[in-house]
Amino acid sequence: MEPSLERIRDKVSAGVRMSEEDALALFRTRDIHAVGEMADLANRRVNGNRVYFIVNRHINPTNICVNRCKFCAFGKGKEEPLAYTMTMDEILVRAEEGRSQNATELHIVGGLHPDLPFDFYLRMLRTLRERFPEMHIQAFTAVEIDYFSRITGLPLAEVIRLLKEAGLGSLPGGGAEIFAPEVRNRICPEKITGDRWLEVMEEVHAAGLRSNATMLYGHVETLESRVDHMRRLRELQDRTGGFQSFIPLAFHPKNTEIAKGYTTGLADLLSLAVGRIYLDNFRHVKSFWIMVGPKIAQISLHFGVDDIDGTVVEEKITHAAGAQAGQEMTVAELVTMIRQAGKIPVERDTLYNVVREWPETAA
Amino acid sequence: MTSSPFWRDALEKASEGQATVEDAALLLREAPLFDLGRSADRVRRHLHPDDVVTYIVDRNINYTNVCTCRCSFCAFSREEGAPDAYVLSDSELAGKIEETLDAGGTQILLQGGLHPDWGLPEAVRLARAVKRYPIRLHGFSPPELWHFAIRSGVSIAEVISRLKEAGLDSVPGGGAEILDDEVRGVISPRKIGWRQWAAVMREAHRQGLSTSATMMFGSVEAPEHIARHLVRVRELQEETGGFTSFIPWTFQSGNTLLSCDPRFGERQARGLGHAVGYLRVLAVSRLLLRNIRTVQVSWVTMGAKVAQLGLFFGGNDYGSTMMEENVVASAGVAFRMSEEEIVGTIRDAGFRPMRREEHRCST
Repeated sequence: MEPSLERIRDKVSAGVRMSEEDALALFRTRDIHAVGEMADLANRRVNGNRVYFIVNRHINPTNICVNRCKFCAFGKGKEEPLAYTMTMDEILVRAEEGRSQNATELHIVGGLHPDLPFDFYLRMLRTLRERFPEMHIQAFTAVEIDYFSRITGLPLAEVIRLLKEAGLGSLPGGGAEIFAPEVRNRICPEKITGDRWLEVMEEVHAAGLRSNATMLYGHVETLESRVDHMRRLRELQDRTGGFQSFIPLAFHPKNTEIAKGYTTGLADLLSLAVGRIYLDNFRHVKSFWIMVGPKIAQISLHFGVDDIDGTVVEEKITHAAGAQAGQEMTVAELVTMIRQAGKIPVERDTLYNVVREWPETAA
Repeated sequence: MTSSPFWRDALEKASEGQATVEDAALLLREAPLFDLGRSADRVRRHLHPDDVVTYIVDRNINYTNVCTCRCSFCAFSREEGAPDAYVLSDSELAGKIEETLDAGGTQILLQGGLHPDWGLPEAVRLARAVKRYPIRLHGFSPPELWHFAIRSGVSIAEVISRLKEAGLDSVPGGGAEILDDEVRGVISPRKIGWRQWAAVMREAHRQGLSTSATMMFGSVEAPEHIARHLVRVRELQEETGGFTSFIPWTFQSGNTLLSCDPRFGERQARGLGHAVGYLRVLAVSRLLLRNIRTVQVSWVTMGAKVAQLGLFFGGNDYGSTMMEENVVASAGVAFRMSEEEIVGTIRDAGFRPMRREEHRCST
């Protein structure tokens, strides 16, 4: 083993916090067995042999977005042919499908619509909560929360309070991309800054709502900017403890304005594994199978990952950018895939309460 | 995963080239992924100390899909007279070869179904048609060679020497599936048995033709069957030294009769045909087959990402550009890779991509 890696391995074994240099060294090495073992150790310490998944239903109410991020194939202008906005009925039909499949979560994110009033979102939450009280509503990225504050002129804390009162249960972790301004200016100049994203999340956590945190990799960012991104997440998590899981997202190039290929298997695994090793104050690291494909998602369970997200059913954002995975996995498929990796499948709810634990092997 | 320390002894025996069928099965079942990976990587680096990963620019041509074998794992074969049955015409064949040469290709991988009307004269004619062009001919797997012998009432030795005369350069190791007649009885009852497969290879090697050896796993076999396959190939190689490469790949179930068997789902779930299983089988293959220089990863069945990771689990060859692939594609799996993508993927993993030398077959 390379000497620098040995030093890092000793730190992992002793539970000592990683420096930014350590994280960089881990990104740069090609000793994937060493990185995998370290991430696996760090993961087992927190999550044992369990791997979580959720039965959920994604709803993307609109793809109309005033921001036009260069990495995004989903967002459309209002007049573009593929632009859509769901009616409340269309949203309810999808939620109903979720219920019929025993989903415990509705996962709702969308574009920044130029005309929909804040009240539309509050009504959506209230209606969903009334009709589907058994499902947790995880909705709105920090980017959408900031947008609501701007269109209403209300302070963040007030926006969050109103959403929570209407039924918002927690927030996903999208819109984080890469915090570093020089990267952000190139890939999403109109989106809120990294500072603002973190500020929104701090308010969200202060309001008692949990959230996740993402990192978009595989576009124009440097390894240093990835480490900087994780450093800022770790710092905020030290203050609030409100993040549940870290979710690296693989950039998908199709239909976007960034000329790059798909990420490699190695890049996917390193993002997850280094995240697991460096973010010692995050309980969970999620490999979103829609993004990396079910095969890499399964392998990642040996590289520090303890969560493979969920059944999804309908996903529009990554598929607009050429995701090759399907849109749905059944519970049986998820359970089999986790077991084949030698792990214990556990169905969770949004807040990681156990819904059902499967035995390690089929009876 | 429950691990007994016995896998350590098995690993040690494997690294001394002494592993038995029982040892190999134990490794497949119980050895931790990273222990397997690291050991396989050590063998690989010992055999290929220069960090080179080879690949070839060639074209796969399937001269007919008419096949009397009708194996239950195969989605490619058709009965004579079926609406989508075909035999390539001379001009189609010529067109494909010319395209290959224009694309800088150096080899044709030529395989087809066991056509009821085809014997040695037809095969010789086809080989000559290919060899009108300055291109390597890697063609006719053992079941095809056996079929020509039976149809024409001549010996295997005669078939091979006549095809060699017609320009055949090397023989692909297809049709091996699992070299165990119990498994073959289930998935390919009308195909030659493992002894005949070995006999054809022995004769090819005796006549100075190099060959590859393949293994298709993830259907109905148990780890013991995979282990037996590996040991049988190792023993044959001890005897002849004629195998240049070993290529394990996974069964693709789409559109196959086998996948319609109600017991199949459960069998497959217990097998090793998943992503983590693939890496385990690849590593154990590398460990056992120390007397075969090259182990090839299979992006055709596993995708570019998992194939890249395979380079850390014993693989030292990335296969070929294929240009067209019909057999796996019939089962609904259609990954594509250009030479640029292959080269980029190899580099990303920290290896030096190199086009395979002309004399080394291994598709």
